[in-house]
Amino acid sequence: MAQSEQEILEGLAEIVNEETGLDTASVEMDKSFTEDLDIDSLSMMTIVVNAEEKFGVRIPDSEVKNLKTVRDAVTYIAGAQG
Amino acid sequence: MTSPTTSPTPGPTPKGTGTLVDNGAPRHSRIMGVGAYRPARVVMNSEIVDKIDSSDEWIRERSGIISRHFAAEDESVIDMAEAASRQALEHAGVSPEQIGFVLIATVTHPYQTPAAAPELASRLGSTAPALDISAACAGYCYGVAMASDMVKGGSADYVLVVGVEKLSDFTDPYDRGSAFIFGDGAGACVIGPSDTPGIGPTVWGSDGAQRDAISQKQAWTEVRDSWQSAQADKNVWPAIGMAGQTVFRWAVWGMAPVAQQAIDKAGIKAEDLDAFIPHQANIRIIDAMVKQLKLPADIPVARDIVTTANTSAASIPIATTRMLAEREIPSGGLALQIGFGAGLVYAAQVVVLP
Repeated sequence: MAQSEQEILEGLAEIVNEETGLDTASVEMDKSFTEDLDIDSLSMMTIVVNAEEKFGVRIPDSEVKNLKTVRDAVTYIAGAQG
Repeated sequence: MTSPTTSPTPGPTPKGTGTLVDNGAPRHSRIMGVGAYRPARVVMNSEIVDKIDSSDEWIRERSGIISRHFAAEDESVIDMAEAASRQALEHAGVSPEQIGFVLIATVTHPYQTPAAAPELASRLGSTAPALDISAACAGYCYGVAMASDMVKGGSADYVLVVGVEKLSDFTDPYDRGSAFIFGDGAGACVIGPSDTPGIGPTVWGSDGAQRDAISQKQAWTEVRDSWQSAQADKNVWPAIGMAGQTVFRWAVWGMAPVAQQAIDKAGIKAEDLDAFIPHQANIRIIDAMVKQLKLPADIPVARDIVTTANTSAASIPIATTRMLAEREIPSGGLALQIGFGAGLVYAAQVVVLP
């Protein structure tokens, strides 16, 4: 079941909040995971695995490095749900 | 070459005059003693950081590691294995002449051949059969499983199992992904016969499709080619490299179910455990695994990585020995141990602590 980008953003924000304690409101489309949200590679992998489960998609390891911003992740998940 | 199944002519028939000796009824096995050895030199993060443009804080956050031990230049894998083995034999109350097999799990013995195990046996005063296991960070748990089956099957009464690594010899100090993660050390145990089950069923396997996730950077034949063409640069040495995120995903979400299966197959519940002693790969992996397994909070968890870093095959017996010595975990208690690493390979079992 495909979700809207807004729904995916909200779901992703909850996952980021759970892993890092960051306020969900700070997880905005144009934020960079590493530079703005200060998320390291291992936390990123935890977020990816939780996102796979939550959104019913598969995000290969090789794809993770391309997900630089929140928008990159939302777009990828939306496309994978297609 | 012709396959035996397709050979066109009928072969000779067996004489059928001899029957192999029955070497006794199946019996149980247990860990009788453990031992560990950490080299004298303590290496703080500050000694590592310059070459990887990093900081003490960065390393602690990502791995939990504060310090590690490095062996002396002239201190070999066999030297370290010998120290740990003598302690384990003493703890077990087993003499070198009683050893029926010597298994060494290592990937850093610098000889392709001969193996490290025969020399260790010889130094201990034993002529028992001896061989090395190449199963990286899962090596100790592989050794425990194989030794347990040898004792149960009757091919040996007492088996010495050693996990030992001198990873400092195979680390690229300029590799940001792995330079800070590894340490040197040895751990050992003696496995012998028992009236009651002391080693639970092993859950083990491999995923060779992910062989590149943790790997020597090039084959020895490629090292030879570089050396012959005199184009030696720092990439010639086949140090171990690692795809950190890939390994993290596999270790946490792939290995937690394996650990759970080992608990289930042992016929116990998580709350029955007296200790959780996972391979010391990374504190973040350990913490995430504990969370995935939903282990009760009062179960002691090995976090030796903080001061030993990742010693590969040696990490579980080193942690076991320390936790027993410091009375953190009870003799006779149940410990869940799981090793996982390059291959990729893994093995987990519940054991009764000696």
